[in-house]
Amino acid sequence: MEFKDYYKVMGVARDATEAQIKQAYRKLARKYHPDVSKEKDAEARFKELGEAYEVLKTSEKRAAYDQLGTGPRAGEQFRPPPGWDAGFEFSGAGAGDDTDYSEFFASLFGREARGGAKRRRAPSSHGEDQHAKILLDLEATLMGGQRSLTLRAPGLDADGHVTTKDRTLNVQIPRGILAGQSIRLAGQGAPAEAPGGTAGDLYLEVEFNPHRLYRVDGRDLYMSLPVAPWEAALGASVATPTPSGEVQLKIPAGSRGAGKLRLKGRGIPAPTPGDLYAVLEIALPPAPDEAARAAYLALAAALPFNPRAALGA
Amino acid sequence: MSEIFEHYALLTIHDLSRLCTVEPQHILALVEEGILQELPESGGESRFAGETLRRARLALRLQHDLELNLAGVALALELLDEIHHLRAVMQRAGAYP
Repeated sequence: MEFKDYYKVMGVARDATEAQIKQAYRKLARKYHPDVSKEKDAEARFKELGEAYEVLKTSEKRAAYDQLGTGPRAGEQFRPPPGWDAGFEFSGAGAGDDTDYSEFFASLFGREARGGAKRRRAPSSHGEDQHAKILLDLEATLMGGQRSLTLRAPGLDADGHVTTKDRTLNVQIPRGILAGQSIRLAGQGAPAEAPGGTAGDLYLEVEFNPHRLYRVDGRDLYMSLPVAPWEAALGASVATPTPSGEVQLKIPAGSRGAGKLRLKGRGIPAPTPGDLYAVLEIALPPAPDEAARAAYLALAAALPFNPRAALGA
Repeated sequence: MSEIFEHYALLTIHDLSRLCTVEPQHILALVEEGILQELPESGGESRFAGETLRRARLALRLQHDLELNLAGVALALELLDEIHHLRAVMQRAGAYP
């Protein structure tokens, strides 16, 4: 397993005071908290940070960890020396219940170090509800339909080692589900601790991958629709893709760039479905050769046009 | 058949407390701070829309992970809402992401 340098994770010196460690934690936690951070690897960084803080904030755990020295070089294999933790007692006030610690952490401090209070409770007849985020393509809400999803859950193998278990579920995605909403799967959560009890429920919170064509705002969809200058000026009927198939969209004469055309009811499905907005983007034909240059010059000659009139220039 | 939780869920303080695995007083504190809003009174027990679950879980995560007090959580959520709104505006304009 990989040795983890918790001091490096927290960006503090090995002789940092408790106050410095706390300060470093708070600063980094705000930076990497998955709910507020835009950093790409925020979730992994935050998890690592929580683990480092869990060890360094407790003087017993920190002292035990310090016994290990600086470990092998980062990335090298690591085994705790036998009896490394003799004389240390971990009272194990756990961090959050959702925290799943690394194999490195678990091998040093055991899984019991997490959420101590929880384990002492009588076996519950109702299993825990579980929550997971799932990333779907926009088509899933537009069309509905079955999706095969793989969820990773930390668990323990027969020897008590931490493993991640993959679990594949076939889920019917309800049409019209929006980002941030959840699919509830009754009885698919954690099994009950007491025999004969009912399993908890599984909540899948939906997020969408960015779509090639459509941007989402509530139930409405926005897409850019490139048009030629003459199509915008003279009006035209142009083929436009929509989630429910291609349509001929009428561009009114005298349309401007960034103008919006609404296709009612072609957004995300619902009893009152959202709309699809085509945002016009006037595309200029390039002038790579003499013929094109001549056409532009003829246009300039025929149309006295000052696009900067409003600037007073 | 899977359904959209937010479409049918009508939650009590107790439901929220169970679904967030915290004591009811933690949920009540979020309500008192104005972080969670109950639906207009229909007599008797307070009810919350299904969307409240996500907000409650988010608030509790921030409170726990960042060691925030309730006023700090409320402020963070308002700012997150604002960011969300601004991103939507930028996205409509095609500027993000």
